[in-house]
Amino acid sequence: MTDETVISAQSLDLTFQTNDGPVHALKDVNLNITKGDFISFIGPSGCGKTTLLRVMADLDQPTDGTITINGVSPKAARESRAYGYVFQSAGLYPWRTIGKNIRLPLEIMGISKSEQKERVEKVLKLVELEDFEKKFPWQLSGGMQQRASIARALAFDADILLMDEPFGALDEIVRDYLNEQLLKLWHSTEKTICFVTHSIPEAVYLSTKIVVMSPRPGRIIDIIESDLPDKRPLEIRDTKEFIDIAQRVREGLRAGHSYE
Amino acid sequence: MNNAFLPVVTISTFIVLIWYSFSIVLNSSWALDKAERNDQKLSFSELVHDTWSQKKPKLPTPHQVGYEMWKTIFDKKVTSKRSLVYHGWITLSATLAGFMLGTVLGILLALAIVHDKATNLSVMPWIITSQTIPILALAPMIIVVLSSIGFTGLLPKAVISMYLSFFPIVVGMVKGLRSPDLLEIDQMKTWSASQFQILIKLRLPKSIPFLFTSLKLGMAASLVGAIVGELPSGAIAGLGARMLSGSYYGQTIQIWSALFTAAILAASLVGLISIIQAFVFKRMMIVQ
Repeated sequence: MTDETVISAQSLDLTFQTNDGPVHALKDVNLNITKGDFISFIGPSGCGKTTLLRVMADLDQPTDGTITINGVSPKAARESRAYGYVFQSAGLYPWRTIGKNIRLPLEIMGISKSEQKERVEKVLKLVELEDFEKKFPWQLSGGMQQRASIARALAFDADILLMDEPFGALDEIVRDYLNEQLLKLWHSTEKTICFVTHSIPEAVYLSTKIVVMSPRPGRIIDIIESDLPDKRPLEIRDTKEFIDIAQRVREGLRAGHSYE
Repeated sequence: MNNAFLPVVTISTFIVLIWYSFSIVLNSSWALDKAERNDQKLSFSELVHDTWSQKKPKLPTPHQVGYEMWKTIFDKKVTSKRSLVYHGWITLSATLAGFMLGTVLGILLALAIVHDKATNLSVMPWIITSQTIPILALAPMIIVVLSSIGFTGLLPKAVISMYLSFFPIVVGMVKGLRSPDLLEIDQMKTWSASQFQILIKLRLPKSIPFLFTSLKLGMAASLVGAIVGELPSGAIAGLGARMLSGSYYGQTIQIWSALFTAAILAASLVGLISIIQAFVFKRMMIVQ
């Protein structure tokens, strides 16, 4: 793994003007993400974790501070299709088959038909949905739909994957399975992944770095480097190392709350 | 389907019964006057028989209307001036022309309104205002203006028909094109999709259910427009003209059969759109 910086934020601030007055969504956020990192953002609702992800994706604009993605502005990064974004709900079009849904960004990006076909097959294999290319979204379970949506984000082979609570709506058994799959996928593709969650075990299990955030104003409380090994069976969650890191995350979250 | 059979038959029977009773009530004064002039006393069954078989009744009975329709639809040559098929076709052609014009105009306006804020603010109020003017007041002016620049016949009627039918299309399509939620638009943004791509890949497919609802409303409005367009133009052909000439000469049976032909025509056209809709929805996996 190189130390190449992929995402860098300096004293990032974002205030939303609402009818109830200004909401301080992000305050003085400083962060460096290096290539190949798996970063989790964890915190209670309103802590700005999703907003931070949206700023990286150029879906929200910071009011102050600087942020660069691959050394350029989020807008330039978005336009050069530097990242894939996975939303909380799969957002598959019901009138398109799974295969055609995955093709959608490729069609938009003007990729040739033959390459589209190749890529769809490749990413379907990555998320283990090879047999479902011709099926429609309603024929798939919620977990499979979310896998299809991850496949869609992988299809155009961006180096960065931004994931906003992608498994938040799924039950724990499916979530465990998808977490395992996601780690495998991360190993095989060597992408940089930013992952928003509010589950401590999920964050600890997946990440190389855990960013603990706190609300009102949304800010970073702690950044925890994980020393868990790269290969992580689900049982790792019963080891002392795992529990120690989870404990530190919990303390960070508590410290953030006692601030109020 | 089976569950609906009994209620449908009950309501239809009920309507027919009321209709026959009103025929007796409304036509009886004529029957009684006639009997008095001839120094006759009518028994109830004679009265009923008379009220149900007058030549120019105030309210013709269903069987009189049915017989007249049978005669003028199936027994006359379709080219005959007394054939309802002939008159129906005249009105139908104006309806379809107006419907197509209205659909195209409605969709174009909706596209402009959805994509351009200035158009939304400046045009939308006029579209709504346009529908507050009674079409009966406007129709003669449209005909006069168009005929003064050389357009007569089908086109003025089609324009009036369009005037009524574009409105539900605009309203429905604006709603449909705006129906993608924030997540879907954000998703498109993360792929750096152009406005045109968002339109083709997301907005248009999502607007299809809205379009079909609008098309059905627009079709019914088109037919009303075509008939209204025939009233002030002194038209001698078309279902509207048939109703008008019927009212000049007190031919109530003729009015009612033209009316029913128009209703059946509208129902068939809307039914046709429903069939296409079912086909498209099935292909697009839209659940009704």
